[in-house]
Amino acid sequence: MRYLPLTDTDRRHMLARIGARDIDALFRDVPKAAIVGRDAFDLPDTKGELEVERILSRMAAKDVAAGAVPFFCGAGAYRHHVPAAVDHLIQRSEFLTSYTPYQPEIAQGTLQYLFEFQTQVALLTGMDVANASLYDGSTATAEAVLMAQRITRRPKAILSGGLHPHYAETVETVANLSGKVVRASVTPGRAEDIASLIDDQTACVVVQSPDVFGLIRDLKPIAEAAHARGALLIAVVTEIVSLGLIEPPGAMGADIVAAEGQSIGNGLNFGGPYVGLFATREKFLRQMPGRLAGETVDASGKRGFVLTLSTREQHIRREKATSNICTNSGLCCLAFTIHLSLLGEEGLSRLARTNHVRASALADRLSKIDGVSLVTPAFFNEFTLKLPKSAAEIVEKLADENIIAGVPASRLMPHDPAVRDHLIVAATETTTDEDCAAFADGLSEAVA
Amino acid sequence: MTMNNQGRPTQAGNIETAELATISGDRGLDHEEALIFELGRAGMTGVDIPDAPVSDSRLGGQRRKGEVGLPGLSEPEVVRHYVRLSRMNYAIDAGLYPLGSCTMKHNPRLNEKMARLPGFADVHPLQPESTVQGALALVSELMGWLTALTGMPAVAMSPKAGAHGELCGMLAIKAALDARGEKRTRVLVPESAHGTNPATAAFAGFTVDEIPAKGDGHVDADALRAKLGPDAAAIMLTNPNTCGLFERRIIEIADAVHEAGAYFYCDGANFNAIAGRVRPGDLGIDAMHINLHKTFSTPHGGGGPGAGPVVLSERLAPFAPLPLLVHDANGFRMIEDRAGLPDRLKPFGRMCAFHGQMGMFVRALSYMLSHGADGIRQASEDAVLSANYILASLKDVMSAPFEGPCMHEALFDDTFLEGTGVTTLDFAKAMIDEGYHPMTMYFPLVVHGAMLIEPTESESKESLDRFIRVLRMMALEAKRGETARFENAPRYAPRRRLDETAAARKPILRFKPKPLAQAAE
Repeated sequence: MRYLPLTDTDRRHMLARIGARDIDALFRDVPKAAIVGRDAFDLPDTKGELEVERILSRMAAKDVAAGAVPFFCGAGAYRHHVPAAVDHLIQRSEFLTSYTPYQPEIAQGTLQYLFEFQTQVALLTGMDVANASLYDGSTATAEAVLMAQRITRRPKAILSGGLHPHYAETVETVANLSGKVVRASVTPGRAEDIASLIDDQTACVVVQSPDVFGLIRDLKPIAEAAHARGALLIAVVTEIVSLGLIEPPGAMGADIVAAEGQSIGNGLNFGGPYVGLFATREKFLRQMPGRLAGETVDASGKRGFVLTLSTREQHIRREKATSNICTNSGLCCLAFTIHLSLLGEEGLSRLARTNHVRASALADRLSKIDGVSLVTPAFFNEFTLKLPKSAAEIVEKLADENIIAGVPASRLMPHDPAVRDHLIVAATETTTDEDCAAFADGLSEAVA
Repeated sequence: MTMNNQGRPTQAGNIETAELATISGDRGLDHEEALIFELGRAGMTGVDIPDAPVSDSRLGGQRRKGEVGLPGLSEPEVVRHYVRLSRMNYAIDAGLYPLGSCTMKHNPRLNEKMARLPGFADVHPLQPESTVQGALALVSELMGWLTALTGMPAVAMSPKAGAHGELCGMLAIKAALDARGEKRTRVLVPESAHGTNPATAAFAGFTVDEIPAKGDGHVDADALRAKLGPDAAAIMLTNPNTCGLFERRIIEIADAVHEAGAYFYCDGANFNAIAGRVRPGDLGIDAMHINLHKTFSTPHGGGGPGAGPVVLSERLAPFAPLPLLVHDANGFRMIEDRAGLPDRLKPFGRMCAFHGQMGMFVRALSYMLSHGADGIRQASEDAVLSANYILASLKDVMSAPFEGPCMHEALFDDTFLEGTGVTTLDFAKAMIDEGYHPMTMYFPLVVHGAMLIEPTESESKESLDRFIRVLRMMALEAKRGETARFENAPRYAPRRRLDETAAARKPILRFKPKPLAQAAE
């Protein structure tokens, strides 16, 4: 087996040093009844690299890759161009095959990029501090709600109807354990009146912008209403590139920002791994979940970085920790950080503008089709269309013609008959004029 | 005629050994590197994107007013910056990485290549199911391997890491108790457990009750039995445990737990010791997470991402979270919603958006297909053999608190350092100067000054012998009172010991430009 360096001779010598008769002697604490042989597993034997590659390539070939067709899916995961240097650099052994930086003297590479990542996230979101990542946007949102419950010692979390339904369900799964989650209802393309739901039991209001339909929300009045009742505003961002063009939540009074960072540096990967961004105000720092890298000096006075404030974390605090999280999204943070460093101020701004321009042109084009209307008046790179028939059926029909037309709202909200004919459509810098033309032609035919 | 030696290859002459400060501050291949925010200049970018002027008409009055504050760098500058940073990291590819309970095994590059196939890497979680049948088939195939290797009937794939898997398992237990109409609040956790276990139990709304370990490193089964009662919801037990031992009385423990009406959660962090040889399902376990980034070699990536699928017993399977993967006449399909489910299925909720860590699934399946069931079994045997080899080769000079044999990690305490003035921390830091990443230190908490060594199956005998020789010499030196190399170690790393107290007292968690007056100094 190519990954196992020991030879049979080595194994014999090692057993002799140990003083064990055979390998079974080392497993003597295992109850006899629980030891099984090779035949207990109906699984194949060792395979060479070529054969494994053949099997997996055949599986992969059954899928329609986004890059191969006109492609318009968003709703929490976005297809962007990732510069070649990003994937090359994250595959350097020293980044790829290192562990959590618990020995800072020989992990400055990881610690410094985490410090840079935290800075970038704080700058993008307009917040004071950010952590070294959580699993993804949805789990970051759930952690934000728990943090708000801890800070305010209040049970209730009010979720905007524009929050991605998977995020809402993730929040409900953990925040209902010791609190109460209320979901507001919403009309696609409109902001609901969430302020009137806030009471003195409310820990937080959770609002996504751009929301799941693509609508850009004004968070300021919601922040004011929340703060007036002693509640916190949690802002959720699923398309982080949007912050290159629109006001960051930090400038609108958000207390915690939970976001998905996949759009920068990371591919679609069928839903994971992604990278959860988490930022807050300085005063809530010690209630934050997750790892933090901090600056310090070494014994010779040189600047260096360490994991810090770990008294919040499970390996020190055990059952009193702020969260049970241990693993983060290290390598995805690195991809994010390198991509954003390549973009810089100018590149990010251009990228964001390009996304908005592409999406605007596509929205104009599609909404001219008879029976099709645009329901989101303000959006970044994603908008929602109302179609004259079931969006799911139209998506299936266009898929047969090799056009991936977007996400039918019914896929996310199967119980809401009002969104049956709503289609969520995203365009990015990867969307070409030919893609848009193919989509427009296909859609005209499908709705006719 | 003598040869002109100018510009010719250098020769080994008299080498000056004293340290000489360099002008640049760099030393040969060791480069100091500024923060990215201290580099670059306004207007520069490493990505060429044509400008696209936008109107504000569709931005809802929310156009960004200020700059973000990012530096501008060209591609070569960014590449050099991150390459230089990478060189300040230790890595498995560069050397033995004996971190106990972390399973730092070789990460095959085939797995990286497979995960980047466009059919896996460039598919969207919400594109039509008819266009992702290959990806769903891969998930199904991996589920088949995980259930076969563990002997468990079901597996939940969405948890994103070990601790997330623990949460998934504990929420399934909570849902099962609710379905029985019982309110049990207490979870028993051995004091030797990973910190995530008590943290998860508390996170899921249970109270934590600690079970002591016995003098032999095994959990005190009698104490455990005494603590079981009508309010006990579950135990969370790591097996093999964090002392590197297989819990001998595990079947008896499982029976007692079930008799008391509670559930048995097993922390599967140490599955690498027994995969292919012992099926957790045969031990009476109800739920166990599997760290794909440990046992199945998906890279640790400096701390993540991981993946933590949870295998479930018959009793817990109905409560597995959404989404559920099913196969019918039309192929594979995801059930993402409770509506329309048969009565027996009662998912407790959703762990995260979408369907889990696909990128990690591809790598793990690539590992499994490469090894096969025979190779997985051999890997576990080699991991256990290597750990025992280390234990047997060091126990006369270091101190092992428990009788062997151990499983895939060898535990030592600091008794052998008594009276030397050298601590576990000093010993670990001195290993850095010898070119090794230290072992896990001060964990588990049940022995004093713990040093937990997990070599994995990826080391050759020559590599193990060299490691053993170095550790023996170090231990002997310490005992002889030759403590110079332990004082203020490491000396030869990119940094000396860092001031963690200062970092925590006055946290600096992001770069902030110096005020102008100060910058001018």
